[in-house]
Amino acid sequence: MSTSSSPQAILVLLRRDLTLAFRHRSEMFTPLFFFILVTALFPMSIGAEQSLLQSIGPGVIWVAALLAALLSLESLLRSDYEDGSLEQMLLTPQPLSLLVLGKVLAHWLRTGLPLVLLAPLVGFQYYLAGDTLVTMMLALLLGTPVLSLLGAIGAALTLGVRGGGMLLSLLILPLYIPILVYGAGAVAASATQTLPAQPFLLLLGAFLILAMVLTPVATAAALRISLG
Amino acid sequence: MIAEFFSMGGFGFYIWTSFGLTFLLMLAEVLYLRQQRRTNLKRIQRIRKMNAGSDS
Amino acid sequence: MNWFRYASPVEFYPLAGRMVPWFAVAAALSTVVGLYWGFFQTPDILSQQKEYYRIIFVHVPAAWMSMWLYLVLVGWAVLGLIYNTRLSFMMAAAVAPTGALFTGIALLTGVLWGKTSWGTWWDWDPRLTSELILFFIYAGYMALQSAIEDSYRADRASALLAIVGLFCIPLIYWSINCPDPTQCAALHARSSMSAIETNILAAMWTMVFAFWMYSFAVIFVRVRNIILERERNSTWVSRLIGGGPS
Repeated sequence: MSTSSSPQAILVLLRRDLTLAFRHRSEMFTPLFFFILVTALFPMSIGAEQSLLQSIGPGVIWVAALLAALLSLESLLRSDYEDGSLEQMLLTPQPLSLLVLGKVLAHWLRTGLPLVLLAPLVGFQYYLAGDTLVTMMLALLLGTPVLSLLGAIGAALTLGVRGGGMLLSLLILPLYIPILVYGAGAVAASATQTLPAQPFLLLLGAFLILAMVLTPVATAAALRISLG
Repeated sequence: MIAEFFSMGGFGFYIWTSFGLTFLLMLAEVLYLRQQRRTNLKRIQRIRKMNAGSDS
Repeated sequence: MNWFRYASPVEFYPLAGRMVPWFAVAAALSTVVGLYWGFFQTPDILSQQKEYYRIIFVHVPAAWMSMWLYLVLVGWAVLGLIYNTRLSFMMAAAVAPTGALFTGIALLTGVLWGKTSWGTWWDWDPRLTSELILFFIYAGYMALQSAIEDSYRADRASALLAIVGLFCIPLIYWSINCPDPTQCAALHARSSMSAIETNILAAMWTMVFAFWMYSFAVIFVRVRNIILERERNSTWVSRLIGGGPS
């Protein structure tokens, strides 16, 4: 392939990743089903009383989203690692951080975005009303990419390590806490009407921008360390 | 007098457990390191013997 | 004197070994002084808290050590990544368990203090919760190091992880402390440092010094163990332990 500019390289990578993902469509659904299943477990275990579910809903939905994101991170790098295309990425002239950004974007499009679109269904389960659901979707829209971006660092660090999935969760979950606090906070603020949700959403947006700028660098460094 | 000191106004359990746990944990760390060193030295001795054996 | 000589494990090993006893003695002495000061030269009451406030003499120093040692860890990690020196990574690995230990002590003593001070064992006080997260960050560092078999990759991966952790820790702390972005309030008001009686402060700082001395001693012992373990196949180790060429 002749030397292409960086944005072109990202688009090519994006198209390739999405095509591959589409060929294994069923893989996309597993994190989604997990998300729905986990959120369904709480009413079963705690009871389906409306006010209770309304108060725990924001937190439960976000924790489930976190867990689903962690589950889905395996698919970010594993198949490329196994067939050697990951090493090829290290050798291309394009800056590795940009390629990483492209891969993470593809990952989010196939795991995070569906979750955002599906979230209202789960919101209904928890008796969350109209504009709370909108806030929830916005918060998830801003937060789930950060989950993918941060998770990519962990995925790169634990590449090929035995027991990597569990280890990845241990490493990344503490880093997810700010997103969790403000994401759930946004939904709770909207649900209880005690606070405006906008500051939360602005904060989440700031996190997103910060993550887009900084995490690809760290992920690229982690990939170089892991692939030698 | 001594009993008064140990009781610490009724909070003796909490205070002495705090200090006790602190020093116990530190002691455990020291002992563990000592154990680790012994294991290392034994291992190195074994390696020496193996090398000495293969040289001769 | 050429200090860079000591950047090699061969040279650092005996140097560290000579320093350990001094640090150990300093730790023991300052502990005795600090505790004596704290128990016998201080009043029985601190603002609204009764005798149990004395837990402060281990809780606060331990919490500070847990945070400072993490910075030390990241410092060695950065040095290792920049200069590619083996010893830097060994030092980082040596610091982690002691940092985790102090985090554990801070948590346990914090729980005991909480029970006496506000009645419940655990109430998600932001500072203690952040300390709990710090414990998991230490655990993650140590877990990643032991999970990767190749020590070259393990050192650098965990170093990178520690650095990423450092970036995130302020964010984590602020999010726990200020779950509402428009206002921040600690769950329990702490008396400001200046309001605390001088004797109490002095005793506490003595204990901080004692913990630092302890840390130096323990970390140097541990790094010697790590050096021995990693260099076990080399001739200098063999000669050192055996007292003659193998």
